[in-house]
Amino acid sequence: MLSKTPSKQSSGERSSMFLKLAALGTLLFLHIPLWLIFIYSFTTDESAYTFPPPGLTLKWIPQAIANPAMQDALFLTLRVAFLATAAALILGTLAASAVYRYDFFGKESISFMLVLPLALPGIVTGIAMRSAISLMKIPFSFWTIVIGHATFCVVVVYNNVLARFRRTAGSQVEASMDLGANSFQTFWHIVLPNIGTALLAGAILAFSLSFDEVIVTTFTAGNQQTLPIWIFSQMLKPRNRPITNVTAMLVVLLTALPILFAQQLTAHSSDSDK
Amino acid sequence: MLNRLSTFLYLRPKLVLALLLLPPLIWFLVVYIGSLFTMLVNSFFYLDGFTGQVVREFTLKTYAKLLIPANVQIFARTTSMAVAVTLMSIVLAFPLAYYMARFASARMKTFLYLAVTLPLWSSYVVRVYSWKLILAQEGIISWFARLVHLDGLLNWYLSLPVVGGPSLSVSATGIFLVFVYIWLPYMIIPIQTALERVPKSLIEASSDLGATPVQTFRTVILPLAFPGVIAGSIFTFSLTLGDFIVPSLFGNSSFYIGKAVLTYQGTSGNIPLAAAFTMGPIIIMSIYLLVARKLGAFDAL
Repeated sequence: MLSKTPSKQSSGERSSMFLKLAALGTLLFLHIPLWLIFIYSFTTDESAYTFPPPGLTLKWIPQAIANPAMQDALFLTLRVAFLATAAALILGTLAASAVYRYDFFGKESISFMLVLPLALPGIVTGIAMRSAISLMKIPFSFWTIVIGHATFCVVVVYNNVLARFRRTAGSQVEASMDLGANSFQTFWHIVLPNIGTALLAGAILAFSLSFDEVIVTTFTAGNQQTLPIWIFSQMLKPRNRPITNVTAMLVVLLTALPILFAQQLTAHSSDSDK
Repeated sequence: MLNRLSTFLYLRPKLVLALLLLPPLIWFLVVYIGSLFTMLVNSFFYLDGFTGQVVREFTLKTYAKLLIPANVQIFARTTSMAVAVTLMSIVLAFPLAYYMARFASARMKTFLYLAVTLPLWSSYVVRVYSWKLILAQEGIISWFARLVHLDGLLNWYLSLPVVGGPSLSVSATGIFLVFVYIWLPYMIIPIQTALERVPKSLIEASSDLGATPVQTFRTVILPLAFPGVIAGSIFTFSLTLGDFIVPSLFGNSSFYIGKAVLTYQGTSGNIPLAAAFTMGPIIIMSIYLLVARKLGAFDAL
């Protein structure tokens, strides 16, 4: 993805001012909205979205953190994300190992099947699960949310782990076996350290995917509110704008930082492989 | 003990394969493929209007309902929105992707790549929320319009039929802007990848043979970037078709596919109709993918 390009300016070709401005414009379009969320977290305006803010205050932040509805939603979301990530880690790693180590009928379609829940519009996965819940008369619960989330999280773990398997040298595993280690020792001492950062990166991505998900959750949650659904309901009927503003900011921070970290993990290891 | 087990397993690779593959396979077949199947089954049931119960008998009644004018209009409205969003995304994505692929230094490219993908990974619902702030009547756009004395223009635009509305945050334009914002990274990355693969020698050859930069762009770069554009459009198109959050928050009462599905399964408990409705985007996307394949969009990827 990076560092494969020799310097492009060598032929004296230069980008025009217009191109630069257009590129910058798109970049700003992508980022300014997120900055606004930060500004609005500090506005004194309680009942509207007035810009520029009539005044600035810090008082909403402790209020938002202490808000019981927000807390309930946050803890539910964290519990769901934790379990969904755990399930995705196990299923994704198993599938990646099978695809990497063995040849079997239908191997090509495994990746395809795993990516489907993420590739199809969320509403398809959502209504499909809603249909199953209705047809089997399964009651909505914490577990229906977790199962839905785990299903679309598997692919990120799978992709990360499989990519790492393909980059690590098989000779290490062979050497370990030749030197008398059994499969479990080899797994523990050779394979796991090798795929460790890939697992961590996959886990972070899966966690944030689950943490942010709103579409599938709408169909599998019944009356429970995860944090994204709570924010969505606050947007539909704004009752407590300052609290929602601050929560939105916290969510941005909570998700952006781990993702940056995960990017670092995968970037560093791919550099050191060369 | 472990050694014996290890040897036992080593001699039976098929057993190990089964142990590895079966848990994820069973999970997906039961939870996911099974769910998709129940959706298909449900779409052939119907809701009894009097009892409000789903009747589990095979019927095409529910599909026939899709063809009433109001529902056809929902499909048409959603598809045109998806087309508009896709075209706008191409226009906005291309310059940035082009700059990333051809001019940015390695460091700059890493930075830009992160800058483009970070919004993708940050919370979808919060990104939508930010536009609630932007498009509000008292928000930044109205403020800016007043600042540069264009508020008359803004009001005139909002008074137009179809695209206008009481304010930007309750209008088709609002939905359009938010969709473009949300899905844009999905367009930038594939175009950038496609442009990256255009061999430099080809561009040099073109200019050596006397083509102007504009001609080179039109006849060499653009056709080679086309598969990337198609790949990106598959995302923007499909995601717009299936979304219900944005139309619920920024639209007036007019339905889009996603919002219709949500309403039918929720308030009226008409899961058969919701399931049949969902077949709409699936069929539209299948046709789209077939056409893209015919155009050779996948050959180059």
